[in-house]
Amino acid sequence: MADRIMIALDNVSKIYGSGQHAITALKDVNLHVPQGDIHGVIGLSGAGKSTLIRCVNLLERPTTGHVSVDDQELTALDRATLNRARHGIGMIFQHFNLLTSRTVFDNVALPLELMRMDKNTIRERVQPLLDLTGLADKADSYPAELSGGQKQRVAIARALASRPKVLLCDEATSALDPQTTSSILGLLEDINRRLGLTILLITHEMEVVKSICHRVSLISDGELVEEAEVGDFFTSPRTHLARRFINDFLEIEPPQSLLDHLQNDPTPGSHPVLRLAYSGDEISTPLISRLARACDIDISILEAKVESIRHRTLGLMIAELVGPPEKTREALAYLEDHDLTVEVLGHVRRHD
Amino acid sequence: MSDAMIELILSSTLDTLYMVGISGLISALAGIPLGVLLYVTRPRQFLALPILNHLLGVITNIGRSIPFIILMVAIIPFTRMIVGSSIGLNAAVVPLTIAAIPFVARLVEGALNEISPGLIEAAQSMGATPWQIIMKVLLPEARGGIITGLTITVVTLVSYSAMAGAVGGGGLGDLGIRYGYNRFEPTIMLITVAILVVMVQGFQSLGDYLVRRSDHK
Ligand SMILES: Nc1ncnc2c1ncn2[C@@H]1O[C@H](COP(=O)(O)OP(=O)(O)O)[C@@H](O)[C@H]1O
Ligand SMILES: [Mg+2]
Repeated sequence: MADRIMIALDNVSKIYGSGQHAITALKDVNLHVPQGDIHGVIGLSGAGKSTLIRCVNLLERPTTGHVSVDDQELTALDRATLNRARHGIGMIFQHFNLLTSRTVFDNVALPLELMRMDKNTIRERVQPLLDLTGLADKADSYPAELSGGQKQRVAIARALASRPKVLLCDEATSALDPQTTSSILGLLEDINRRLGLTILLITHEMEVVKSICHRVSLISDGELVEEAEVGDFFTSPRTHLARRFINDFLEIEPPQSLLDHLQNDPTPGSHPVLRLAYSGDEISTPLISRLARACDIDISILEAKVESIRHRTLGLMIAELVGPPEKTREALAYLEDHDLTVEVLGHVRRHD
Repeated sequence: MSDAMIELILSSTLDTLYMVGISGLISALAGIPLGVLLYVTRPRQFLALPILNHLLGVITNIGRSIPFIILMVAIIPFTRMIVGSSIGLNAAVVPLTIAAIPFVARLVEGALNEISPGLIEAAQSMGATPWQIIMKVLLPEARGGIITGLTITVVTLVSYSAMAGAVGGGGLGDLGIRYGYNRFEPTIMLITVAILVVMVQGFQSLGDYLVRRSDHK
């Protein structure tokens, strides 16, 4: 059971338009999300995130490839069967998409009306959802009377009404302020735990990935370029783009005064400047001072930051190794031996 | 003013209300579905039927571009076929209705345009059928805009009905022309105009009230 695949995209490509104006929004995407996982897809604006998530419930039909949800191949279904399958897939959106003409209660009831349930059953289903999402006192309010966070809660309750096994979130917190974002993310995590719901979310914010995702895929120009467990993604990113996301998120960049003097190749009298990422146990050992002693060099720490990500600790540091070339080479080897991610940013000459 | 005159004014008022009421009702019943069809069959909409959409668009535009006075005369054979006569109240209702249907349709289409496409998408993600999207999303969400459109239509019908009445239909327009203009009785003319003003005000206020009641934006 543990590894049953809930969402499967196989060789999915999507091309908008045709001929000269064709835009390839997804290129041969393969994505498998096991039951109960919270899987994030992160990427820059225009990378194809929305297209990808809309391909899961066929709001957008892939040009080629197969989509399966809960072992049912959606790309092979006729209209009516697809509509029935969609009852098993909830979706929430960046701009909530609530019906302004309906109260909170009636918005949550909508998917059940679409399934032609009777009034009593609907009432029995909606009430607990309003409780779960903290909206019990808002049942008779209209969306216009609610804050953004409350609107997204209504949308979540609505998405859960048909008791789906999968929840799709298209930038669900991008229109919310940071406090509201974390409360909505908390709610999603709670739902994932309590209901065992599989969640696929797309976002351009690392904060979202960091707070609730188990696994993450990185999308760039319509291609999934990296996929990893979230702790691994933060500690040992494999692509340049992933590193950029992480650095922007952790706001760790060498100081400008240093960047100005950074050169690509070592010259006599220059020292390497490193970006070190370390995670897990390394952090608790006094690695830096041991390194200094073992290799007999000086280490000048320019920037450092420690983050806790999914019960793991991630340390990031920008440091200059000061010593003769053979000693700094030895130090680099030492660091790599200790499972640190080391990136040489360049070399600087000390001018003091 | 004689009792007969008062009675004439009263019955003319009822005649106008009759013409506006019947043509308003039928044009709403036909114009709303036509407006919905114009919207949902657009390219890239959920019932995209580009050829039908284009055809309906052309027909609607033709209907809207013919001046009412010409339409009224042009369709006399059709009117005769429907109500058996080309003069009288019912004969006036036919061209009024024909003129109002495309008018209503375009106003309804405009009201639907105001709905965020995200709502349709959300409904589709819940497995809504096209019919359910129309009945549960489009029409309720556009209710305010549709009522506004119908109010504009009714007010327009009041003035068109005066035109229709003048060529043998009856109603306040007919009264105004016959007594106010032909026999030069300025009092009658003034009363006629006053009643029309009050009528238009009344319809507009009723429309505004209904819009306010259905608007939760
Ligand atoms: N309906 C559409 N028609 C044409 N091009 C589209 C459509 N939707 C998205 N695109 C294009 O596909 C690319 C990916 O868009 P999207 O999936 O919305 O990216 P993201 O959500 O990551 O910002 C963009 O270049 C966008 O312009
Ligand atoms: Mg997007």
